[in-house]
Amino acid sequence: MKTKVLPTSIAVLVLFALVLGACAAPAPAAAPAAAAPEATAAPAATEAPAPTAVPAATEAPAATEAPAAGGKLKILYWQAVTTLNPHLGTGTKDFDGATVILEPLARRNELDELVPYLAAEIPSVANGGIAADGTSVTWKLRPGLKWSDGSDFTIDDIIFTWDYCKDEATACTTLSNFQPIKAIDAVDATTVKITWTEPRADPFISFVGSQGMVLQKKQYGACIGGAALTDAACQAANIAPIGTNAYKLKDFKPGDVVLYDRNPNFRDADKVFFDEVEIKGGGDATSAARAVCETGEVDFSWNLQIPKAVLEPILAAGKCDSVAGGSFGVERVVVNFANPDPALGAKRSEPDQKHPFLVDLAVRKAINLAIDRQAIADQMYGPTGEPTCNVLVVPAAVNSPNTKCARDVDAANKLLDAAGWEMNGSVREKGGVKLITSLVTTINTLRQGEQAIIKSNLAEIGVQVTLKAIDAGVYFSGDPANPDTLNKFYSDLQMYTNGPDGTDPQAYLQGWTCAEVNSSANQWNKGNDGRYCSKDYDALYAKLKAEMDPVKRAEIAIQMNDVLSNDVALIPLINRRTPNGKLKTLMGPTYNTFDSSIWNIAVWSR
Amino acid sequence: MSNYIFRRVLLSVPTLLAISIIIFAILALAPGDPLSQLALNPGIPESTRQLIRTQFGLDDPWPVRYWKWLTSLLRGDWGFSFSSRSPVIDIVMQRVPQTLQVVGFAYLLAVVLAIPIGILAAVRQYSWFDQLATVFSFVGFSVPSFFTGLLLMLVFAVRLKWFPIVYDSLLGFGSATEVLAQLRQMAMPVTVLVVQQTAALTRFTRSAMLDNLGQNYVRTARAKGLPYRRVVLRHVFSNSLIPIVTLVALSIPTIFGGAIITENLFRVNGLGALLITSINNSDTPVVMALSFVFAVLMVFSNLVADVMYGVLDPRVRYN
Repeated sequence: MKTKVLPTSIAVLVLFALVLGACAAPAPAAAPAAAAPEATAAPAATEAPAPTAVPAATEAPAATEAPAAGGKLKILYWQAVTTLNPHLGTGTKDFDGATVILEPLARRNELDELVPYLAAEIPSVANGGIAADGTSVTWKLRPGLKWSDGSDFTIDDIIFTWDYCKDEATACTTLSNFQPIKAIDAVDATTVKITWTEPRADPFISFVGSQGMVLQKKQYGACIGGAALTDAACQAANIAPIGTNAYKLKDFKPGDVVLYDRNPNFRDADKVFFDEVEIKGGGDATSAARAVCETGEVDFSWNLQIPKAVLEPILAAGKCDSVAGGSFGVERVVVNFANPDPALGAKRSEPDQKHPFLVDLAVRKAINLAIDRQAIADQMYGPTGEPTCNVLVVPAAVNSPNTKCARDVDAANKLLDAAGWEMNGSVREKGGVKLITSLVTTINTLRQGEQAIIKSNLAEIGVQVTLKAIDAGVYFSGDPANPDTLNKFYSDLQMYTNGPDGTDPQAYLQGWTCAEVNSSANQWNKGNDGRYCSKDYDALYAKLKAEMDPVKRAEIAIQMNDVLSNDVALIPLINRRTPNGKLKTLMGPTYNTFDSSIWNIAVWSR
Repeated sequence: MSNYIFRRVLLSVPTLLAISIIIFAILALAPGDPLSQLALNPGIPESTRQLIRTQFGLDDPWPVRYWKWLTSLLRGDWGFSFSSRSPVIDIVMQRVPQTLQVVGFAYLLAVVLAIPIGILAAVRQYSWFDQLATVFSFVGFSVPSFFTGLLLMLVFAVRLKWFPIVYDSLLGFGSATEVLAQLRQMAMPVTVLVVQQTAALTRFTRSAMLDNLGQNYVRTARAKGLPYRRVVLRHVFSNSLIPIVTLVALSIPTIFGGAIITENLFRVNGLGALLITSINNSDTPVVMALSFVFAVLMVFSNLVADVMYGVLDPRVRYN
């Protein structure tokens, strides 16, 4: 009898262990309650990042500076680098991991200005680099550039990188940055001319920033197309690129840690401070914040996106500075102009099905007026976000000064009264239509906090909100077979963060034109998820597309932002910042909107 | 005996096939794709993602993909990881040493601790030691590892600063300082795992011992005048080994499953951490490799446990 009972109980045990293991995976949220508000005053000098003994002084350190150059720079990401070939990267962490090794022609700094990297200067119309008709851009390269293996960097490497990614079988994630290129020609040994398929106002889409890093032709030459994925030599190259930046690869465990050391062939090798750089990945954002701010184990921690109540006491420990600024994107509530009623079946949320009440400008305006952006910023974001009325906030030149969105519940109520929406109990109603909305977002502590605030805000004006939260993997998947995606938008309101990809806002603003409206006909992947469509806006977009002058373009972009804002095509809430943390002794890190958080790692020092 | 083993091995083939089909189907039916992290990156439009999905063969219906996976596996090709675009087998092998070092060591420690505690608790049933062991096991059973882990982290890393939060997998065992650093970084994750595993094993050992302690042969042995110590260790313990061996043998594969929560929490780059990130990133080839290896080990340990019964108990016969 005993032998019968045992296997069952063992099975139960094993199951129990498995379930326990499977269920509780995303653990971090539990910590905050126990988080100590006051920092222990212990200086803990012993724990300070001890520079590993540098036996051979290969580089003569600058004697005038107080701290001697050398040692290891420790960086912590809560997502781990999985590949070092940026064109095959699947997340910010991959682009950043490659940034330490590889370089584009130019990068953006914290002020969104271009800084030459492989290029000797930034092309402009004035210096003849940018063709006045917008058909091409000509870059001058730094002379004498070398790869870390000692071979010469040539224009062939740039042309090769384009060839590599433009082949769709290579499956580059950066493909869209190379698609506008018609031809790349070497004018002379250090001058390269990029010709576009059609005139473009923004010539800095290719070979600039995280998505424009140049690969070595010698290393990846045989890897164009399917070989990039299946060939053993190419697979090896994907996790060990040869580069031109200040550091070269020393050791890489995909999904865990990358170790870099000095690149002796770097053009400014004598100015590089650290002997080694380590990027460790994994874990959660909260303990990443603790590792830099409380235990001081690492020098720099990326993207500490945690609710304010948890983050602030950790920052208060005093060992670290938060590096936040620019824009990580604008958190917004998108309004559905189409009717998501499930009763419509396949016609659900199709553009020709008008929404029963959100097409009424008064309702949209009232909702916009009722939402308490300041409370959301104060209670949920703290140092990581601030209220905004604009959907376009970066670069600063296109951040509209004309919009206002201060909370005014009385005005909102009056608007609804005037439009004939009458209170019936706690919900307003007109002609049998009740103001009952659904608000969908991802499963995330921060977002559920925002949802709760919005729900109570809208209750004050007689708009009832039903809340729903969906797993981010599903919501953002764009899977046409799944009903819960952002693209399908089968609800009245939805909330997420988005922002422009580059300093030029054209591609971003295109997302509210009539041509981009999502529908079943285009598999819901065009980008205009709110199904907003306005003649005025489309006319402005056509004007923007034709305009080449940057100043006039900025003016048009502001006008477009204002149309969206006045028409309440969507409700911008918070301008989010990516809050990185650094030890007080570390110098160099800046925030960055359009490029990597570690874009200038070559000049970091202690 | 060898006939029996042969039959069992043969039987395990359909079992493993069924397991792999089920896992593959679940992964294929679950939403998400390898680029979901970049879903809202405007620099990577939906068309590019669709293209990459096609390149990875994710557009095929799942039975077709399963067939491709199975046939390449039979050729010894585990495929390439979607997120690192390098061979799956390399990535998995890279994780084995860390998992053995932390999870394996913890398990060993748990066995070494649990069996004597279990024996002692059974022999001195209801003594203060037994009560203490019981409380300890219930705590170990009921407190989840993400809680113990965070608690240890807050107390010993953040407050006392004895141990590091960030696990350094580049450390070797070359010098005394390195070994010391290894021990320091292993301390917290190993403690969390030991607390859990010891709890289960202690209870099993105790109840198996108690089952036998009341048997007539124990009284007979005592009546013959054998020392109590010898009776407990030679007679009772040997007879209690069957359930213990079963549990230990069936748990060995779970070492290779890694410790998902603990590894993730302490940033130990083990198999469990790999499994959970791969699931989150819809990195099907890696998940398949890990779960399939796990299934093979599970089936194999079952066989080992069954064979061990025969060794431990002469009454068990294989026909």
